Amino acid sequence: MKVKELLLNKNFTLLTKNSDTEIQINDVYICDLLSWVMSHAGNQCAWITVQTHTNIVAVAVLLDMACIIIPEGIGVEESTLKKASEENLPILSTNLSTYEIASIIYESNKNVTK
Amino acid sequence: MIINIHKTSYEVASRDFIRSGDASKSIKKTLNQMGFASQLVRKVCIATYEAEMNIAIHSHGGEIILIVDDYTIAIQIIDRGPGIANIEQAMKAGYSTATNEMIEMGFGAGMGFYNMQKCANVFKLESKKNEGTKIDMIFYIECNED
Repeated sequence: MKVKELLLNKNFTLLTKNSDTEIQINDVYICDLLSWVMSHAGNQCAWITVQTHTNIVAVAVLLDMACIIIPEGIGVEESTLKKASEENLPILSTNLSTYEIASIIYESNKNVTK
Repeated sequence: MIINIHKTSYEVASRDFIRSGDASKSIKKTLNQMGFASQLVRKVCIATYEAEMNIAIHSHGGEIILIVDDYTIAIQIIDRGPGIANIEQAMKAGYSTATNEMIEMGFGAGMGFYNMQKCANVFKLESKKNEGTKIDMIFYIECNED
């Protein structure tokens, strides 16, 4: 599914400006240890993390991620959103849990050949 | 004969977590513009990011130098200390001297040197306590093509 299709679900809010929401989400990666994410996350994944500081933008951009999703209603620093907007990287917020987010993307992608 | 050489250096400040990662992003853009294979660029980016964050987290600041010729992409890291007391221990996956504050931010997994070694074809580290740390990483262009 594309990021913009995920945003049709009312549980998700786009926090950034100028974001590229046409990008396809191929995968979901869930982890809060940045070095672990760097070495394991695939490109065009939706990265679910509770980390909200500016450095998550660098990780997502370096790995060509589709978007970052912040779960469970956690707030995001304005400096992070500004940096992500400069990179056209979508950051989404939701009250859902990581399990619920991954399930929604899995259900949408399970019948689609990558 | 080496025909083309590109060299750029980037300053990385200590504890500047707003700008740390920018050097790696610039290097990624440069390598993409040069037309390198995406898997090669990914390896260079992962290794460079780890080195850049090590400078920001552990050092008094330092420099990242990108050198590209017809055969290799080289990343040189030179920081201004405080150096590594026990290199053998520091190289072990999972070992970290990061503070609790850094760990809460998701840093300090102890995977930095491991990721650098895994990604680079050649990895060389020199360091002395109370002096700086120098890292040389070389990525062979030919064996990393898609």
